[in-house]
Amino acid sequence: MSHNLIIIGSGPAGWTAAIYAARAELKPLLFEGSEPGGQLITTTDVENFPGFPEGVLGPELMEKCKTQAKRFGTEIISEVVDSVDFSTRPFKVTAKGETYEANSIIISTGASARRLGLESEKKLYGKGVSACATCDGFFFKGKNVIVVGGGDSAMEESGFLTKFASKVTIVHRRDAFRASKIMQERVLANPKIDVIWNSDVIDILGVEDGKVTGVRLKDMVTGEEREMPIDGVFAAIGHDPNTKMFQGKLEMDERGYLVTNPDSTATKIPGVFAAGDVQDSKYRQAITAAGTGCMAALEAERFLSEV
Amino acid sequence: MKIEITDDNFAEEVLKSSVPILVDFWAPWCGPCRAMNPIIEALADEMDASQIKIGAMNVDESGETAQKFGIMSIPTFIIFKDGQEVERIGGSLEKDALKAKMLKHVA
Repeated sequence: MSHNLIIIGSGPAGWTAAIYAARAELKPLLFEGSEPGGQLITTTDVENFPGFPEGVLGPELMEKCKTQAKRFGTEIISEVVDSVDFSTRPFKVTAKGETYEANSIIISTGASARRLGLESEKKLYGKGVSACATCDGFFFKGKNVIVVGGGDSAMEESGFLTKFASKVTIVHRRDAFRASKIMQERVLANPKIDVIWNSDVIDILGVEDGKVTGVRLKDMVTGEEREMPIDGVFAAIGHDPNTKMFQGKLEMDERGYLVTNPDSTATKIPGVFAAGDVQDSKYRQAITAAGTGCMAALEAERFLSEV
Repeated sequence: MKIEITDDNFAEEVLKSSVPILVDFWAPWCGPCRAMNPIIEALADEMDASQIKIGAMNVDESGETAQKFGIMSIPTFIIFKDGQEVERIGGSLEKDALKAKMLKHVA
C-alpha cells in the first residue's frame, strides 16, 4: 500500500507538518526516530514560543504537538528509519526491515547535540559526563561542574545547573559568547557561574576511577595546558544535522544541512521536502522549525494534487 | 504490569525477586525518561512476569537507592538477577533493543 505522505522526524517541524497534512486529510505516516520530540525534549522552559506567556516545558510542548497531530489522524510509528530510496516514486522508507511507500516525503530529522569527541568522554558518559543537563543536573547537588560552549544552550544549561551545583564554570574557546544578549547577561550576573575564556577541554579525567574527577584544559592563546578538578561535564557546543542516510541522495551543504529551493522546502527531488533544523543552519528555533514544517505540508499537499 | 519501586520496597521487590527484574530509574522532569515511559509500559504488558519483571523508580522521590547505585544520569535501566546487578543500560533506546537485553537474562 502506498501512502500519500511520510514524515521522518518528530520535532516541531515534523509535528507541525503532520498537523497540517492530517487536517488536509492526507493521512500522513510519521516516524518518531531515535530522539522522539527532538531537541526540545532535553530543554526546560521554552520562553520564546508564542502563545505561552508563562513559558512552556520543552517536553510538554512536544507532547501537546503529538496529541494535536494524532487528533487529526496522523499515524505514528515509533521506529527509526534505517534507509530511504528516493530513486523512483512511490518513494521507499525502510524501518526495522519493513518497507513503507509514499508519494511524498517530508524530512524533519533535525539536528543532534554535538559531543566533544573525546575517548574519555565516551568512557565516562553517565559517570559525570552528561548529554542532558535537565535530566542529570539533579545528580550534581552541591558539586562543581563545567559547561563547555558559548551559545544559547550553554547559557541555558549553566543557569539551570546552578539550581543544583554549588558552582558552574563555563569553558569557552573564544573571548566572547555567541549567545543572545539576554542569555549572556543572565549568566554573567549569576554569582554561581564563572567563565574560563579562550580555553578548550582536551581531556576528561577519571577513567581509572570510573567517574569524572577533572578536566585537562588548553589555553587557546598561550597553548598552556592545565588540570582542573571537577565533578561533572556538560557539553553545549552546537549541533549537527541528522542527514547521514541522505548522503549521495540529496544535495547538502558542506556542513551536511539539506539544501532546499529558495523560499521553499522543496529539495531537488520533486515530492521530497525538508523542514526544520535539518535544512536550517541559520535560525534553528522551535518556531522557525514549526514554520517550515507547515510550508512543507502545504507544498506536499500541492505536489500530491498535481501528480 | 509495571511495579512502582521505592526506597522502601526496593529490597523486597528487587533484591529478593525470584525472577530477574529491570528497574527504570527516571524522574518526571527528564524529557527522555518520559519519552521512554510508553515503551516501558508496553514491555511490562507484553512480557511474561513469571519470567522477568519490570519496575520503575522515581529518583526524585527515592533518591537513596539511585545514589547507592551511583546513578548520575537518567534514564538508566538496571537488570537485577538474584539480588545482583547483571546489566546496566544508560540512556534511551528502542523498544526491541531493550527487550533483547532483557530476554538475555531470562533463564
